[in-house]
This record gives sequence, structure tokens and C-alpha cells, in this order.
Amino acid sequence: MADTPVYDLKGGRPHPFHLVKPSVWPLVGAFAAGLLALGAVLYMHKVEFSGWSVGLKGVVLGFAAVLAVMWYWWRDVVKEAVVEKAHSDETKIGFRYGMALFITSEVMFFVAFFWAFFWGALMPTEALGFQWPPSFVEPIPAFDLPFMMTMILLLSGCTVTWAHHAIIEGHQEEAAKALAITVGLGVLFTGFQAYEYVHASFPFKESVYSAAFYMATGFHGFHVLVGTIFLAVCYFRCKKGHFTPKSHFGFEAAAWYWHFVDVVWLFLFVAIYWWGNA
Amino acid sequence: MAGSKAAAHGHDDHGHDDHHDHTPGFFVRWFCSTNHKDIGTLYLIFSVLAGLIGGAFSVMMRMELQEPGLQFVSDGQQWNVWITAHGLIMVFFVVMPALIGGFGNWFLPLMIGAPDMAFPRLNNISFWLLVPAFLLLLASAFIGSGAGTGWTVYPPLSDKIGHDGMSVDMAIFALHLAGASSILGAANFITTIFNMRAPGMTLHKMPLFVWAMLVTAFLLVLAVPVLGGAITMLLTDRNFGTNFFRPEGGGDPILFQHLFWFFGHPEVYIMILPAFGIISHIVSTFSKKPIFGYLGMAYAMVAIGFVGFVVWAHHMYTVGMSVNTRAYFTIATLIIAVPTGIKIFSWIATMWGGSISFKTPMLWAMGFIFLFTLGGVTGVVLANAGMDIALHDTYYVVAHFHYVLSLGAVFAIFAGWYYWIGKMSGRQYPEWAGKIHFYTTFIGVNMLFFPQHFLGLQGMPRRIPDYTDAMAGWNMISSYGAYISFGSTLFFVCVAIYTLVAGKKVPANYWGEGADTLEWHVSSPPPFHQFDIQPVVK
Repeated sequence: MADTPVYDLKGGRPHPFHLVKPSVWPLVGAFAAGLLALGAVLYMHKVEFSGWSVGLKGVVLGFAAVLAVMWYWWRDVVKEAVVEKAHSDETKIGFRYGMALFITSEVMFFVAFFWAFFWGALMPTEALGFQWPPSFVEPIPAFDLPFMMTMILLLSGCTVTWAHHAIIEGHQEEAAKALAITVGLGVLFTGFQAYEYVHASFPFKESVYSAAFYMATGFHGFHVLVGTIFLAVCYFRCKKGHFTPKSHFGFEAAAWYWHFVDVVWLFLFVAIYWWGNA
Repeated sequence: MAGSKAAAHGHDDHGHDDHHDHTPGFFVRWFCSTNHKDIGTLYLIFSVLAGLIGGAFSVMMRMELQEPGLQFVSDGQQWNVWITAHGLIMVFFVVMPALIGGFGNWFLPLMIGAPDMAFPRLNNISFWLLVPAFLLLLASAFIGSGAGTGWTVYPPLSDKIGHDGMSVDMAIFALHLAGASSILGAANFITTIFNMRAPGMTLHKMPLFVWAMLVTAFLLVLAVPVLGGAITMLLTDRNFGTNFFRPEGGGDPILFQHLFWFFGHPEVYIMILPAFGIISHIVSTFSKKPIFGYLGMAYAMVAIGFVGFVVWAHHMYTVGMSVNTRAYFTIATLIIAVPTGIKIFSWIATMWGGSISFKTPMLWAMGFIFLFTLGGVTGVVLANAGMDIALHDTYYVVAHFHYVLSLGAVFAIFAGWYYWIGKMSGRQYPEWAGKIHFYTTFIGVNMLFFPQHFLGLQGMPRRIPDYTDAMAGWNMISSYGAYISFGSTLFFVCVAIYTLVAGKKVPANYWGEGADTLEWHVSSPPPFHQFDIQPVVK
């Protein structure tokens, strides 16, 4: 090494990080996820044990257990933040890295579905009538409901920023109001997405067009749902006064996630609805 | 923090009685752990158990291939189930848990002077997710006709038309769970490295194992989700009627290959970069010299990681890509030999003029350098699209990737084990036993895999349980090599158990002046929580 490090083991200061106590939730969560997966396999293959179908029950039980673990685990985190005041400034920087990396991995998950979309759209095969959208598909016009949904999400991006500024300036009530509006816009978006699915003329199982459309927008819709719940949790935490002008990372994480969901939608809108349907 | 100083300097007892945090009881300690060292130990134990199962599959395979004709398998499907189980177990449940989960967890926080990982609970779920994942994968081999898709899970073989039972769906979910484990673990490692280094430890002063883990973790965060997306599409093709990979609906099986290898190629660097890190430490320690070209070594790994993302289609030369595309992927792949060469030559330059002691870890490390280079050289051959047309899906490829993985990554796992077991357990392995393990493994694996180059050049195809009589000789030798290797591995298990029960107790730095990273400044084993007082790096 250019300059070999020299270690002084006694000259330092106590570390500023938060060492968490042992917790049972990771163990339970892992096996809950395992049960969910096993249930899904049994469900998809309609497995019965002496006439008793187990799959759906496994899925429901596994999913409920996953949700319960999320509830208790994150309740512990909130308690550590609010009651124990265990999160030093350095610990909070760690949260930022963690959330940013989680969102990065989510982006790469969507890359797979965009890849599938462009694969089909740029090289439409004989089965699609050599065109995209396929000859047999009546696409959803981009500047109809989808454009409205774009506007809704962009507006919700504004309202979540409004909430952020209100928190920074110490206006809890105003922040809660802005958050409530953001959650409302999220619910509205999800409602429109469901409406679109119900009224779309092409079925899920038809072709790679419909597969890419429903899976990409579907996973996005799922992320909208998750983001909405995240923001709703922030609403209640805001009401309880958990967020201070200096310390409100729970809210910031939700806002980052919401912006990520928003940006993914912009790509979906431009690529799938607009360019892809032109 | 309670002003504890106990953690910082080595005390000679078992380190169970750190001041502010007593070691918890059995269930809490091993099942609810938030301690990076205990979680690392769990990973290592898991990896050894999975390794014995994955190794048993390879012995079964070599028994079948020992002679021409079908001995043990009833048909090609059963054979393919074995090779699939072997491959997936070795990649996801042996090499990654040992190198990343095991050594990464144990030594990354120690080396950067951190008290633990950034997200200790997340660390624990990363480990425990592997358990249901492994159970699902193992069960998939024994249910119905099994998952005989190869570890690459290509459709249409992996679609309903090839496998209509539950097995492939179980394997897919096993990969989902293992993938979630890897992504969470990777985010944890990156956060720990960026946020928790001791004061004064700039990025350019980080030990090379930490650099290796940093690059590895970035590859995981960026590559694994793409596999997640791909197998999710495969799952919906199989069960919900989508057409991503089905030509009749305008889909394309080649799309799956692109998605898979966009993950799969970084994945092979995910398995080897931590090995590079371990080897650097060992070569430096036993040559009693600082590593040659530290910065070059660090940035060579960054370069390998970066270029590793743009070479994936060299796994797909035979699918009908254009000449230009193949030319690009050939050139891009060959470029990786440059930073890899930097590493090989820097290890040699580190040894050059050093005061070398040939202790067991050093033997494994030198074995690694020699055999990994051999695998790298056959990699350069295979990188050429023109050559690969002939060698694709032959035993030449099998020999190539086993030289870089079995004789590369696995050698580094053993090297790391012998290097650090005294640190982890406080007890040292018997030197003679380590050497016997090394030499028998070295002979065994070379007997096992070197003849496979010849078989490949003769045209023996992968994933087929039979071959023409002309190939019987080298196959026989290869199988004997497998038995020697597996016997050697069983011997290792005995050595490991002996070491943990009755090995000689060792002080904090039992390798002497060559070992100077931070883990050698704490007791062996380290206290339950170390570095309550942050070390300062100058």
C-alpha cells in the first residue's frame, strides 16, 4: 500500500452507531416468506391433501404473517427512534444509504420488465402481425386517462414536497393535511388504474404486448399501493408528532419512494402508453 | 457505550463478557441474532452443510459418468435434475453464503473498525431467508420428476411444455428468496462500508477484502433484481398465461437468456471478487510484505465489476446473434483479462522478494493463483465467438468454469477458513492436517477437471449422462479425481470439528508481523461486541 495504515486502538471515541437488540422478527419473517412461497406453489398446482386444498390457505397465512412481521418489526424501529432516541445523526446517514440502495434495486427490477417490453416492441414477430401494438390490439390512448394519471402522480409529487416543507418549518398540522392529500391522490391513481384494467379491450393472456403491459403497469401499481401505505403511516406518525424539523427520516424515505414510483410511471407513460402505442 | 475499553484491546478469555452486552442465551443468540460475527458463523455452518449436499450430487454425477452407458440414472431428466441441484446449490447456497455472508459478515466490520453491520436485523433475515430457500430448492429435486432445467432455467425447457410439475416453480421461489437475501445483504454491506468506517480510514486505506466486498455488493444490488424480474416473468408464463418467452404469443425465449445472463455474468464476479480480496490478504501476510500495487488492485476490481456488466452475451454466441454483436462481446470479454492480469501479476509481485512461509492458507492462496489463472486462460479461449461455436456446451466449458469456481472460489473459501479460523474460534487447526487437506484436494480437483478439457475438445457435450466409448479413459480418471476430492472434503470436516473442539488456543495475532489489518488487533475470538471505542487510522 502506498501508505500503509497505522491503527491507534485507544485514541478514539465511543462509536456513535445504534446496535440493535436481538429480535425474533427476522426469523419469523424469513419463514413467513417461505410459507408464502410454498403456499403459492401449492395454489398454482391446485394441490390437495385428502380433498383439502391447502395452497390458498398457505398464501393467505404466509402473507398475513409477512404483514404481521412488518408491523412489529417497524413498530420496534419507530419505538427506537421516538422513545429510545437511539438514532444518532450517523445512524440516520446509514438509513439514507440503505433506502437509496433499496430503491436502486427496485429500479433494476423494473429494468427487466422494460427490457421485455422493448424486446417485443422493437422486433415484433409474425405472431404480432409484425407490428407494435400488435394488429389485433386496440391500445389505450395515451393522452386520455393515462395522461390524467400522469398529472395525478405529478401533483402528488408536489403535495408530498409541500408536506416536507411544512415539516421542516414545524407546521405539523399542515404537513398532515398535505400528506392526507398525497395519500388521497395515490388512492385516486390506483382507482383509475383498476378502472383502466377493467375497461381494457385486450386480455392478460393474449400476447407479449398484454403481458408486458399488465405486468409492468401492475408491478408499478403494486408499488403505488406500497408507497400509499408508507405515506399513510407517515400521516399517522405526523399526527402523533413523530416528525421534527430536524429529524423526520421516516417521512423522507416515504417521499423518496414516492418519487421513485412517480419516475417509473413517467417512463411507463412515455414508453408503453405513448411511444409504444403510436 | 458505558465507556467500555474492554472491546478495543485483546483480552485472553473467550470474549464472552463484554461490559455492556452479555452474550444472550442459546435461542436468542443463534436464532434472533443481531451480531455480525454470530450471523457470519451461521452462514459458514450453513455453507458447509449445503456444500456436502451439493458435493454429494457431484459424486453421484461422477459415479454415473465413470463408465459409458447408464449406470444409475434412469433417463436424461433425472440426470438434469442432479446437475441443476448441484449447480444451484453450489452457487447460491455454498459459495455466496461462505464468501459474502460468512467471511464478509465476520471480517468486514472488523476490518473497518465498526462495532457491527449497519442493519443487524436485516443481516439476520438475510441469513434466515436462505433456509426456506434451500428447503424449497432441495425439495424441488425430489418432487415429481424434479427441476431438470440446468441452473440457467432457460425456457422452453423450464416452461410448462418442458416441466409441468411443481418443481420448477419451487426452484423459482427458492431463487426469489435467495435473491431477496442477497439484495438486502448487499445494501447492508455497502451502507456499512460507506457509513461506519473508523475515523481516518479513507476509501484508499480500506483493506482489499473490504474493497472486494464493496464491488461485490454493488454487483448484487444491480444484477440480482434483473434475475428476479426474469424468473417472475417465467413464473407468470408457466402459471398465469403470459407470453414473455413464448413465440406463439410474440414472445421470445432468447429474451430470457439475455435477462438471465445480464444477471448471470455479474454473478460469476460476485462469486470471485470476495475470493480476490481474501487472497490479497493471505499473500501479503505470508510474504511479509504489503500488497504490491494496492490502488491498482482496488481499481482492478472496480474495473472488473464495471466491465462485467457489458459482456453477458458471450454466454449466448450460438443463439444466432449478428456478427457485429458477437465481435463486440468478444472484445469486451477479452478486455476483462487486463484488470484480472493486474491482479495476478500484483500477487506475484507481492510474493517476489518476500519472506514467504508456506503455511496452509498460503498454499491454498498459491493454488488459487495458479488454478484460477488456468481457468482464466481457457476463459480467454472461450471468449472468442469463433472458438466458442465449437466448444459451446462441451466439457471444455465445464472444465473452464470449475477451474475458476471450484479451484478458484472454493480454494479461496478454504484459504480464508485456514487463515481466519483461529481468529473466529480462538483455536488453531493442526498444520499437518491443513496441508494434507490441501494436497489431497489439489491432486483430486486437478485429476477431476483437467481431463475434462480433453473431453471437451473431443466434443463431449454437457448435460448428457452418457458418452461414446472413446471418451471412457479420461472420464474414469476424472471420476477418481472426484472421489479423492470428496474424501478430502470429508477429511476437512474432521479437521474443522477437531479444531473447534481441541485446537490449540491462539493469541490475537497468531500470524505475526505480516498480518496487520484491524481484525488482528482484537482478541481471538473477538469480544461479543468490538470497537465500542472507535479505533483511529493514521
